[in-house]
Amino acid sequence: MTGWLDALIQGVLLGGLYALFAAGLSLMFGVMRLVNLAHGDLIVLAAFVILVAAERLGLDPFVAVLVALPVLFVIGFALQHVLLNRTLGRDLLPPLLVTFGLSIIIQNGLLQIFSADSQRLRAGAIETASIPLGGGIAVGVVPLLTLLSAVAVIVFLNLVFYRTPIGRAFRATSDDLEVAQLMGIDHRRIFAIAMGIAFVVIAIAALYLGMRANFDPTIGPARLLYAFEAVIIGGLGSFWGTLAGGIVLGLAQTIGARIDPEWQILAGHLAFLLVLVVRPRGLFPRALD
Amino acid sequence: MDAGATKPTRSFRIETAGRSSRAAAAAAGVILLVLVLLPAVAGRNMIQDLIFLFYMLALAQCWNLLAGYAGLISVGQQAFVGLGGYLLFALTLLGGVNPLLAIPVVGLVCALFALPTALIVFRLRGAYFAIGTWVVAEIYRLAFAQFKTLGGGTGTSLAPSVTSSVPGIEWVKTMLDMRAPAARDVISYWVALALMAGTLAFVYLVLRSRRGLALGAIRDNEAAAAGLGVDIYRIKLAVYVATAAATGMVGALIYLQKARISPDAAFSVLDWTAYVIFIVVIGGIGTMEGPVIGAILFYLMEHYLADFGASYLILLGTLGILVMLFAPRGLWGLVAERYGLTLFPMRRRLVVCGSETISPEA
Amino acid sequence: MTLLQTRNLTAFYGDFQALYGIDTTLDAGETITIIGANGAGKSTFLKAIAGLIRGPADSVRLDGQPIGARAAADIVKLGVALVPEGRRLFPSLTVEENLLIGCYGRKMSGPWTLDRVYALFPILRERRSSAPPTLSGGQQQMAAIGRALMSNPRILLCDEISLGLAPIIIADIYSALPQIKAEGTSVVLVEQDIVQAMKVADRVYCFQEGRLSLEGRPAELTREQIHRAYFGS
Repeated sequence: MTGWLDALIQGVLLGGLYALFAAGLSLMFGVMRLVNLAHGDLIVLAAFVILVAAERLGLDPFVAVLVALPVLFVIGFALQHVLLNRTLGRDLLPPLLVTFGLSIIIQNGLLQIFSADSQRLRAGAIETASIPLGGGIAVGVVPLLTLLSAVAVIVFLNLVFYRTPIGRAFRATSDDLEVAQLMGIDHRRIFAIAMGIAFVVIAIAALYLGMRANFDPTIGPARLLYAFEAVIIGGLGSFWGTLAGGIVLGLAQTIGARIDPEWQILAGHLAFLLVLVVRPRGLFPRALD
Repeated sequence: MDAGATKPTRSFRIETAGRSSRAAAAAAGVILLVLVLLPAVAGRNMIQDLIFLFYMLALAQCWNLLAGYAGLISVGQQAFVGLGGYLLFALTLLGGVNPLLAIPVVGLVCALFALPTALIVFRLRGAYFAIGTWVVAEIYRLAFAQFKTLGGGTGTSLAPSVTSSVPGIEWVKTMLDMRAPAARDVISYWVALALMAGTLAFVYLVLRSRRGLALGAIRDNEAAAAGLGVDIYRIKLAVYVATAAATGMVGALIYLQKARISPDAAFSVLDWTAYVIFIVVIGGIGTMEGPVIGAILFYLMEHYLADFGASYLILLGTLGILVMLFAPRGLWGLVAERYGLTLFPMRRRLVVCGSETISPEA
Repeated sequence: MTLLQTRNLTAFYGDFQALYGIDTTLDAGETITIIGANGAGKSTFLKAIAGLIRGPADSVRLDGQPIGARAAADIVKLGVALVPEGRRLFPSLTVEENLLIGCYGRKMSGPWTLDRVYALFPILRERRSSAPPTLSGGQQQMAAIGRALMSNPRILLCDEISLGLAPIIIADIYSALPQIKAEGTSVVLVEQDIVQAMKVADRVYCFQEGRLSLEGRPAELTREQIHRAYFGS
């Protein structure tokens, strides 16, 4: 029995990580209708940025990420402004293929610079610290922090979107680009800011990715798939839905792993397919579109 | 007025061939003949290189039909390459079926798998559809990694009893004075040539037919096509299933020739999707000539640059992005616009002939 | 004093030419109306002024400054606001948020504030937290006009604000115009409904297949003239 309870708890905590992966993707799609095939690789890139900051400056990863945040915001802003804004339009193909090409470039660029060696963000004692809940079940401090950070990020995103002028601009631009321009909104700048914020979320996701497990330049695509699945399961257009989607995915994986460790990832994919068949719009879609 | 008054009438004819395409058709026939006879003079390396070129071109034509015409941008065709490869191994190793006979069977089974896959994946649109197809490919990969009988996660090889049972090896050995492995390559070469030519012919005939007009309409403006009564869903489904079958057969050939399979290789996004997309996009998406140009260019790049490893891939990615941003119609698009060339004629032209004929008064 | 002037204004949608050399003027404080049949180019004309369609810089002049090549987001900041055809409120924003976003580009240096817009269209205050799709056509139109006013424009461009509305609602909306004019805003109305349009206009332009077919003061134009200009001979 404790085994199953443990699987449930671990699933929810894992869901926090997946929700962090997915939040950035959800934001990009929510504002710019951009599905970024390089999303997973950008998370890995961010992890390397944090790694470099931590090693070069001798910082704890939690501090290094604070250094990395502005750097990544600028990278995101520049990427959107210089490259991705050019792909916008009615045609589906350009953003898809450009981000796909970007994915390959990032993976191989990282391979060139850092080699294929596995890396880890070392945080010292906190890595193995855990909080016992009694009955032989313990909750890892890092996974718990991951979940809490995911919740914090989503609260923050909702705040920005629904309580600030720029959030209004995000929603308006996503609704109707042409009329948004009539409001004096420079959509290219708005998109760049949105991308910058998405990169900040990616950086936070990268922090926990790097602390939780080893990472190397090739693990990006798998993270993209998890992020994507979490967004679809949760339903498009809702940040809380994305959190729910991440948790459902995490639960599916841990429960699958409980049945057979080799089935972990497959179980997640199958849960995604099931949701797609039964509730194609996701569990908590927004009423519109 | 007498009943037999002459009245000038005009007759119409719809033509698709033009002068440049007629020349190209003749040239194609000659090229095909040369290619069939090539093993008599070419070395083993060249034969292997050409096998690679042929099957990449076949895959590219399929992806082009899917994405460039039907608007189904799939990043998951590796699902069917891998499925085709594994089905071939299963049929030959476990079922004792003759390898060449197995290939069309593989095509059929892939089509059967494609049907329910499509019904699920078609619930997604646009870029989400793309990633959805990738997830499906991953599911296939993980599922086949569980099949211990076919080698599980590490894969397996084709037994010599299977590889030597490919029909025609003895004939080639004696005719061209080769050893068995080289002879097997020659057979693979002819199968690859047949698959490539078959795929080209199939795609060409589809695009020339009425369905092809519908596909062209979908490519140009899907909403308008739907408004004209084109049954978009049916056509997309048909294209998805047909390309799955073709892709599966190519996958079967690829792994028959390699004689070794593993889940990571058979379902590789890089080999069977990234490179294919590169070929189509750089060559020219939405045209038949584009993938041909792209495949030749890609083959040359692989040949001379693949040793550069990660740098080569960075170059490919950058090239793809640049083409997508600045020359979205690809290399063929640039050439065709300048010179108005068409090698695979599909445009219908109305040819009007005036004549005097006797016709009764209405 | 000429506030807005177009000279040889042309516009294309791809290869299709929608406007052929339009010359118009708008004086400060004036209300002009543009009439014409469907597809005559009236909406295109407004879009060209508002910057959604770009052209040569001096095809449109505001206060003598060439703005023909400027982007829409810039032109709003210069004091030209468009109420687009079909209202096009943002469905993800509430009514109040739609109004607030109207002044995203331009600081509120003028008479139009949220309260003032609510005073002009009281029903909007009642429905301030509603989602636009739940509003009636007339209410949506009021919100769209209010949204444009929030940027305190010197020129208000209105594209077919009577479209699809019942006469009593149209009269309601048009009764707001005098207050808008009283604040010093110049108005350009594009209308298919000639009757209303002629009542409020100082001057009228008629478009026909992308060209100017008539201009003048409503009182000076005869029915036959208008008929011919509208439909062609």
